[in-house]
Amino acid sequence: MPDNRNLSYAEAISEGLKEAMAHDDSVFIMGQGISDPSSYWGTTAGIIDQFGVDRVMEMPVAENGMVGIAVGAAMSGQRPVICLHRVEFSLLAIEQIVNNAAKAHYVSNGVHRSPLVIRMVVGRGWGQGPEHAQSLESVFSHFPGLKVIMPTFPDDAKGMLIAAIQDDNPVIMIENRWLHYVNGNVDEGLYLKPLDGPRVIAEGTDVTLVATSYMTLEAMRAADYLREIGCSVEVVDLRVIRPLNLEPVFESVRKTGHLVTIDSGWVTYGVGSEIVASVAENCFSSLKAPPLRLGPPDHPTPSSRGLIADYYPNDVKIIKAVERLLQLDGEKVRGLLDAAIERNKQLPIDVADPFFKGPF
Amino acid sequence: MLETSLSEQAEMLREMLRIRLVEEAIVDRYGENEMRCPVHLSIGQEGVAVGVSAALRREDKVFSTHRAHAHYLAKGGSLKKMLAEIYGKAEGCVGGRGGSMHLMDPDEGFVAGIPIVSSGIPLAVGSALADKRTRKDNVTVTFFGDASVEEGVFHESMNFAALHKLPVLFVCEQNLYSVYTPLRERQPDRPLSDLARGHAMNILSGNGNDVEEVYALSTEAVEKARNGDGPSFLLFDTYRWREHCGPNYDNHLGYRSEQEFQEWRALCPVENYRNKLLASKCLQPGQEETWAAEIDAEISEAFEFARSAPLPDIESASLFTYA
Repeated sequence: MPDNRNLSYAEAISEGLKEAMAHDDSVFIMGQGISDPSSYWGTTAGIIDQFGVDRVMEMPVAENGMVGIAVGAAMSGQRPVICLHRVEFSLLAIEQIVNNAAKAHYVSNGVHRSPLVIRMVVGRGWGQGPEHAQSLESVFSHFPGLKVIMPTFPDDAKGMLIAAIQDDNPVIMIENRWLHYVNGNVDEGLYLKPLDGPRVIAEGTDVTLVATSYMTLEAMRAADYLREIGCSVEVVDLRVIRPLNLEPVFESVRKTGHLVTIDSGWVTYGVGSEIVASVAENCFSSLKAPPLRLGPPDHPTPSSRGLIADYYPNDVKIIKAVERLLQLDGEKVRGLLDAAIERNKQLPIDVADPFFKGPF
Repeated sequence: MLETSLSEQAEMLREMLRIRLVEEAIVDRYGENEMRCPVHLSIGQEGVAVGVSAALRREDKVFSTHRAHAHYLAKGGSLKKMLAEIYGKAEGCVGGRGGSMHLMDPDEGFVAGIPIVSSGIPLAVGSALADKRTRKDNVTVTFFGDASVEEGVFHESMNFAALHKLPVLFVCEQNLYSVYTPLRERQPDRPLSDLARGHAMNILSGNGNDVEEVYALSTEAVEKARNGDGPSFLLFDTYRWREHCGPNYDNHLGYRSEQEFQEWRALCPVENYRNKLLASKCLQPGQEETWAAEIDAEISEAFEFARSAPLPDIESASLFTYA
């Protein structure tokens, strides 16, 4: 792979949008501030110049209307891609998403389709606070008819976005904004990464970590630490939250007997809860200990860096969870934890961790 | 005002009569408990449905609401499939997945009945946007009631449609009640059309129980839309005769008076139009009876079709969750 194909996640999204638009005239983008110089963290950079305002529509601040208009256009054969700067803005459109986008195909007995993509960004960091940093994948994942994806890596971001645009169903794509700065090898041209389920991104035999989005990077780093003391960790990047294909997770748990889930959103009624329940139903007898679920605590996301210090799961919390689950030698683990804690101390808590820049 | 030809007049009267007789046939049979879903009848409101549809082409598209029977039939939706749907049968227009509130006949341009108040309005705008993007000269109509203007998405949709001059007609049937709650308890005393004025829409208002007036105003709005002159808001006064949901009269409940109902009853869109056409000799005596007999036969056949159709296969309940 030549060096110049090492792209950021944001660049990969921008490239994916351009490829999908060049491939199919029915693809167009709708968003508030879509023509802003900030270009959605660079994810829509250069697209207006290339395709013009007819295919990159500046939208009024009216989310329910925007999604409804997108559904109506999609039912007429268009493939709109909606860009929302924050997940929370989608809550104004939940009626159209749940009642019309998710059900158009079902309630029309398979006649109508609503092929649209709604990109929404989790605004983690820099004091975003209670209403600009929520990761609400479990909300959308409750509804049959929706697809929900959370790519972690740049090549997935491009390929899964193109697959989402070409999919005949409404797809919610949730992007943690800290991932926009992550780099990785990205193939040229139009390619699809199927929306078919999780990927095992690190193989191991002692414990299975299942994570979503940015938490996958934390899980990878925890796995790297644990490997130093001979603990073999399997890391599963969930990727597709709905429809949920947990076969690879079951397979992994049958091998390791231990499961830790790491959620981007809250634990209660969260993605990890669904995974643990399904693992209990499908491979209970393989479990050597009760699974653990990690995620933000049961309160809204505070703004101040003083209040947020202990909020998100990270490598340290994951290592501690694995220690507890596997009853690891505390002495050995202490060394890892000290190193991890010391390293984390050197970093500001409210901006993206440079360690995660990649390339992956 | 637009001249309406003899055949157009006859067709509109016949179609209003047909809708009235279909709805009354549902009333007659609803107590059998074989139509096991909510029904929101259109009796009293036939003039708007028929007048608007008469101004449309087959390829033009219509979105409606929970009270969709008249809009569906006026646009050419299959009666057999509508009744089969209300009976929950496999032959229903959506295979028993939606019932009366989710009617659809896209081949005739009736795209969908969307039963959440105002929820279908942005879909119609999106349909118009798609037609504009693909340079089709179709027009899309969204029907809704007077409570819809209280929803935010009504305003969001108008704002966008007006901004982009989309070929869409916002047709408001002002029937004065949202379930049991009168308009005066929900909105200040001002013409509903003022709301559309705020969104720079073309505005047309008229008597919804006068099918010729509805047709004339709709034709004007359709021409504007097709010529790229943007969307229109059409406000039609009309009245729902029966209860919000179900086959009965409900004036005894007290939320509206018997006197008010009788005043509107006297403004019956079907009866008055028949009398007008008879008086002007545009309708031959006996013609209506002939139609009624034909329509009764059609209705009997359609009910027989719906009643005898099989229920959908339980195995199909999960189909089409994903495309």
